[in-house]
Amino acid sequence: MHDDDPDAKEREEGVSRRTFLKASGIPLAAAPVLGAKMVRAAEADVAVYGPGKAKFTLTVNGQARAVEVEPRVTLLDALRQDLDITGAKRVCDRGTCGACTMLVDGKPVYACSMLAIDAQGRKITTVESLAGTTLHPLQQAFVEKDGLQCGFCTPGFVMACKAFLDKNPKPTRADVEKGLGGNLCRCGTYAGIREAVVAAGQGGARG
Amino acid sequence: MADYKWPEAGKRTLIGKRVARTDGPDKVSGRAKYTYDLNRPGMLYGKIVRSPHAHAKVVSVDLTAAQAMPGVKAALVVQQPGTEVQWAWSEVAAVAAVDEGTAEDAARAVKVVYEVLPHVVNDYDVKAVGENAKPMAEQVTGEPDKAFAEAEVVSEGEYGCVVMTHCCLETHGAISEWEDDNKKLLVHISTQAVSGIAGQMAEPLGIPAGDIRVKQDHIGGGFGSKFGPDKQGIISAQLSKLAGGKPVKIMLERDADQATAGMRPSIYGKVKIGAKKDGTITAWQSETWGTGGIGGGGRPPLPYVLEVPHRRSLHTPISNNIGPARAWRAPNHPQAAVITYGAFEDLAATLNRDPYDLLMQNIAMTGVRSNFYKEELEIAAKLIDWKKNWHPRGDKAAGPVKRGLGLSIHTWGGRGHNSAGDITMQPDGSVELKMGTQDLGVGTRTALAIVIADTLGLPLEAINVKIGDNQYPPSGGSGGSTTIGGISSAAFRGSLDLLDQLYAKVAPSLGVEPTALEAVGGRVQVKGDPSKGLSWKEAAGKLGGLPITVRGSNPGPGELINSGVGGVQMADVSVDTETGRVRVNKLVAVQDCGLIVNLKLTESQVLGSLIMGVSYALYEEQVVDPTSGRMLNPNMEFYKLAGIGDIGELVVHMMTGPEHDSRGVIGIGEPPVVSPGAVLSNAVANAIGVRVPHIPLSPRRVLGALEGRQS
Repeated sequence: MHDDDPDAKEREEGVSRRTFLKASGIPLAAAPVLGAKMVRAAEADVAVYGPGKAKFTLTVNGQARAVEVEPRVTLLDALRQDLDITGAKRVCDRGTCGACTMLVDGKPVYACSMLAIDAQGRKITTVESLAGTTLHPLQQAFVEKDGLQCGFCTPGFVMACKAFLDKNPKPTRADVEKGLGGNLCRCGTYAGIREAVVAAGQGGARG
Repeated sequence: MADYKWPEAGKRTLIGKRVARTDGPDKVSGRAKYTYDLNRPGMLYGKIVRSPHAHAKVVSVDLTAAQAMPGVKAALVVQQPGTEVQWAWSEVAAVAAVDEGTAEDAARAVKVVYEVLPHVVNDYDVKAVGENAKPMAEQVTGEPDKAFAEAEVVSEGEYGCVVMTHCCLETHGAISEWEDDNKKLLVHISTQAVSGIAGQMAEPLGIPAGDIRVKQDHIGGGFGSKFGPDKQGIISAQLSKLAGGKPVKIMLERDADQATAGMRPSIYGKVKIGAKKDGTITAWQSETWGTGGIGGGGRPPLPYVLEVPHRRSLHTPISNNIGPARAWRAPNHPQAAVITYGAFEDLAATLNRDPYDLLMQNIAMTGVRSNFYKEELEIAAKLIDWKKNWHPRGDKAAGPVKRGLGLSIHTWGGRGHNSAGDITMQPDGSVELKMGTQDLGVGTRTALAIVIADTLGLPLEAINVKIGDNQYPPSGGSGGSTTIGGISSAAFRGSLDLLDQLYAKVAPSLGVEPTALEAVGGRVQVKGDPSKGLSWKEAAGKLGGLPITVRGSNPGPGELINSGVGGVQMADVSVDTETGRVRVNKLVAVQDCGLIVNLKLTESQVLGSLIMGVSYALYEEQVVDPTSGRMLNPNMEFYKLAGIGDIGELVVHMMTGPEHDSRGVIGIGEPPVVSPGAVLSNAVANAIGVRVPHIPLSPRRVLGALEGRQS
């Protein structure tokens, strides 16, 4: 197999995550792009990064944060490893479990599946921003209904629930079961989460 | 001396109540720090080069290209040339670099030459694996041959569970860093055994265990798979040393975690069960087999809970080249429940009896806890409306969707482990506990605060609980449902001893004997005369300006803990016979566990067990390619966990009251996760009229059983 060929692993797996992200055409931000070369390709200006580290700015929880990472680094890893914002977790690392969920321009995304360079100019909201001096009503509902055990899925779930409630302010249990299938828990806390989201909806959770 | 006896229900302020977890706010806000979250100063990222082969000899390992890459700070050979790897994803070499991408590139640049050897990954066909199957001694009680000859009804069937993985959301891993000129090691590690890690790292690293500091604030799941430092823990320390002591972080990638760091053995079995026409069960015979990887796997306790008078069991472990087994909640019990209560339900169908009635008829066979089982069965039956909803095998209703009910019972020990904690009361009245335990998300911190606050007559918030550091007094690993008994009894004894010392200091100022005092409602006062007393803070002022520290331990005086629980579960499912899809309508768990410390989080443990049970009963399955010997689904999109829409209605009923309180504290982590596989398997059989032999009850298996195919 790939005993002596460093690139064989990617070939063997077909399209690697990195290649996929490169090719998936996630639209680049309209805001000025820093740390990139602009080239003309297919009748459009295209920002080209790398091969080394690129310097750019991310807007996280209302603050402009400078990062310097390779173009292949995901939004999740840039936040966790370079900015020490570690609420969002790396679990499946390929867009299945939702533990890395955060809001980008108000919409929930799997931050493990978005490149940091593609998050430039976007409004990134992580779980750390929800609580002020007191917990957000949704977070309070999670605590009261015990929608958590080990807590590793919890930040991602909280953000997915936040986005869900923003769209469905008064959900039923059936709505919750249908709308929150994109997050996985291992300890088995779904019963508490179901109750927490319904309760937060009834209490008018806003943020 | 204190009277080491749990307070009666009427005198408890917190013990046995529903108390929200004290670390909940940290966890919901992202503040809680897990090993995976730590960014230590100057930290390097470690990556492990893994074998693509299930069985191979390492011929050579060449690190030179990796070492020459900019940003690479250390590299080492893990599996020396000439030695063999026994499963795919085995550790062969490792590198550490300044960032994760560089470390990944460097790992790919390591050149390894293998001599590929034949592998075995089969865990089902005993004949095909030849010498890899080694039968254990048969176990015989009574005269099974005679009993089967005399049996009026004999039912036979096959049952079993495939290999599944732990799939902890926080993968296994550690951050190691050397201090004090490479003499001392600091390890942050995701572990179920904070006090036990240093002793396992000392020998491979060649330093005294006392020079290894181990820390962990929070852990993202363990389920039995995180008791050791593992190879990556040792490797992180070795790489750190090579890199001049800089912290080296290795958290396993999801594929390596799934393939090597957590696996529940498969167990399959052919069962024969004999009875009289009236339903009295007389004889049992089981031939079981399965794998736990290279070590072969353990023997299931068969028949499970039911002490059938005449019985024979044979077990044949299969040694093979998949990742090695680790303890998974209640080792061997979930498999034993699937096999035993599957066979029992099939016997009931053969006798044309309601399994609920048949179990009640034979309830004496459940042994010393038969009264609990009887009561729990009655409660569960009411909660699921068994008598109204149960029908004889095979739902006769029109349409493709069939509904059915199933039941199972289980047991576990759960006696508290050895544990010690220091409780300190300061002259300002503040109270702190230090204990070398860990909170797996079951509420250990909360339970400790509850016990101490209740005993000292203080509010929950007054207790500062510090755990997760091996410099604190040692406490056992969190496995086998041993934590709550160990930590609660140690904290209770320490609290009582602290009160003894406090009373001795306070009594003279109140002009009474120390034994006349009590601590309630934030006061230290004369029993029966609340007007004569001091506030807690005033009492602390009598300490003479110095703190008092008391060590509470388990074991110790008083009968505070116990071993042995029952538990009954019932399921209501719907099965689509056209698609093979199983839907959970309702699951009921009735569970005893002695004196409950925190009712809210105990219920959460049982709810969590039901949900994890739905997951392993319906979805989870390690798929291994026979040709390459590699796990095909070492990820989370093809290794399926249940989602929030898959769990149905869940009902948990905890057994409480003086009869249970008087038993003392018993663990709850294992027992409720035992029965879900059995109840769902039985409910599906009741719905569709045929047994699906193995779990998970995937559409392929359900449709296979309906078509008369072996799964």
